[in-house]
Amino acid sequence: MEPSKQISLTGRRSQKRRLKSASDNYRGYMATDHNAGERGAESGKLRRWKLLRGRTLLWVHVVPIMLPTAVCNGHLHHHHQKQNNLLKSGICKKNGITKGMKNGVSNGTLYKKTFIEHFEQAPMYVAVLTFLGFGVGTVFGYLRDFMRAWGLEKRNIATEREEQKDFVPLYQDFENFYTRNLYMRIRDNWNRPICSVPGPQFDLMERVTDDYNWTFRFTGRTIKNVINMGSYNYLGFAETDVNALKTVTIELQKYGTGVCSTRQEMGTLDKHVEIEKLVAKFLGVEDAMVFGMGFATNSMNIPALVGKGCLILSDELNHTSLVLGARLSGATIRIFKHNNMQSLENLLRDAIIYGQPRSHRAWRKIIILVEGIYSMEGSIVRLPEIVSLKKKYKAYLYLDEAHSIGAVGATGRGVVEYFGMSPDDVDVLMGTFTKSFGAAGGYLAGKKELVDFLRTHSHSAVYATSMCPAVAEQIIRAMKCLMGLDGTTQGLQRVRQLGRNTRYFRRRLHEMGFIIYGNDDSPVVPLLLYMPGKIGAFARRMLEKNIGVVVVGFPATPITESRARFCVSAAHTREMLDTVLNALDELGDFLRLKYSRYSKSSHPELYEETSHELED
Amino acid sequence: MDIKRVKDYIYWLYYQYLLITCSYVLEPWEQSMFHTITVTVVAMVVYTAYVFVPIHVRLALEFFSQIFGGQPESTVSIMN
Repeated sequence: MEPSKQISLTGRRSQKRRLKSASDNYRGYMATDHNAGERGAESGKLRRWKLLRGRTLLWVHVVPIMLPTAVCNGHLHHHHQKQNNLLKSGICKKNGITKGMKNGVSNGTLYKKTFIEHFEQAPMYVAVLTFLGFGVGTVFGYLRDFMRAWGLEKRNIATEREEQKDFVPLYQDFENFYTRNLYMRIRDNWNRPICSVPGPQFDLMERVTDDYNWTFRFTGRTIKNVINMGSYNYLGFAETDVNALKTVTIELQKYGTGVCSTRQEMGTLDKHVEIEKLVAKFLGVEDAMVFGMGFATNSMNIPALVGKGCLILSDELNHTSLVLGARLSGATIRIFKHNNMQSLENLLRDAIIYGQPRSHRAWRKIIILVEGIYSMEGSIVRLPEIVSLKKKYKAYLYLDEAHSIGAVGATGRGVVEYFGMSPDDVDVLMGTFTKSFGAAGGYLAGKKELVDFLRTHSHSAVYATSMCPAVAEQIIRAMKCLMGLDGTTQGLQRVRQLGRNTRYFRRRLHEMGFIIYGNDDSPVVPLLLYMPGKIGAFARRMLEKNIGVVVVGFPATPITESRARFCVSAAHTREMLDTVLNALDELGDFLRLKYSRYSKSSHPELYEETSHELED
Repeated sequence: MDIKRVKDYIYWLYYQYLLITCSYVLEPWEQSMFHTITVTVVAMVVYTAYVFVPIHVRLALEFFSQIFGGQPESTVSIMN
């Protein structure tokens, strides 16, 4: 006679039910109500007592979840308390204090090594002068636009036709204004054509402009052996050494270059099966799938994993591919502050308590999108805390290891290994082969069910051409080298060399007094320039000294924080790094870039103990 | 040698001014226009300061000395 009534977990009244089921202690308060009527044999008194007990239990369950401190187990509570204090006092970017906080003692259970990140704020006059500079640029931009509109100056950029003048204007928004008037003036620092392999040194084609960067012409000369501080060549696998590329040439001659089909039609070669097995073994997961393009891996596969009715919690500074994939999927997107676990936890709690916006139903899926290393900041994700949050609130984690695979970790296996965690903790591991493996393409790895689902449902698998076999062979040989399967220790040596180079480079830059963002272990080093005038000056002067750097300005970074981004490589020798550091020292003094207020002296020799005794 | 150092220093100062005001990125004719405007404004500020500041400072000092000292200055000389 027991009723088989479905206990509803959707709907407004079931919020509290969801909380209870989430904490694995569901007592069925509503169930007693429903069932009592059906059974009929209970006395009214028994029923009232059961209702009272149910209500009390409900209250007892709900209140702990409302209080932020009581629910967690001992370690996590302790950690969060300390973490809250640290967040309030030092870690926030707005605070202006270097985040030289060692978390070793208080977070001993979550972080096995110290996690030091720096986001120092420049003195106030720098921000004022930056705005002043942009103001001057804007005023002159309006002047030039006026001259162009009234025919006093030739128009070099796209404008509407005469017949379209009464239509909605196409080029009046700020982005186009900025491109026309500010970007064009220093455009010669970007899109520089290279004519050699982007190893630790490369050759540039020299180009000059006669009309202030509207058009360029090549002089025909090449600038040789420019030190490359901009390519994502973390392990130095972008090389032309014939011995290293032997297997790649063989595969090229065997398969040719084109695959001419998609994965689902006739584009799955034995090379793809081999590389997928190897990637799965490398990462320590059940299965993996590779795609031809890294950007497309994110933007085409997130729509396959989430859809309408799901919730995406994505970091503030996520890459465009993640943002595009999230938007294409049609799920609701909420953004948490960069690497801020408090913000993420608040969003998770709100998501579970309030459910979907109007109907208050439970979300079908909650997925957290983060990156391993953020390429504009150089910061590393706080993976242990995110995993503990995900386990507590039963969300999924999508980790984009584009820059961190091969670059961090004791054997190059990414942030999962860097924090000493198991790859089972992360639901979807994504990465690209462009950065550390010197090839092209991306992968998605995880449980076998996930990858099998993606093989049928991913847009990339259905419509995009699969990876070229020669490129796949390059990835295979790089990965075998990293894992040590080719019989040498070259892979491990490269990873160690990268770590040494990174630490040396960052330490010297800190000592010199530059403001550097990011974690001490990340090979991406952003050096802050702030003022728009210095962006062009810095890049041009570094090229004169035969060093190629990448400078980044407004749309990719906040408007006041333009920077130069260095990518340290395992292929850089100590001499190359010293050349770059000396040039930076000189240029830092000449352009006044050493804004840091917390640096040690740039001449540590002066602190040597000298004898103050008189010589007799 | 000294002249060269001074000239380099002046050039460095001029370069810093160009970088800070973002006139480094402007074309030459725009730079001339910007320099003219800046020099005009600075000249006007200096002239105003030269004309007005000493008078105001003297008046302020007189005002404060009256409050603290309280003795009006006499212009009549004391006759023996």
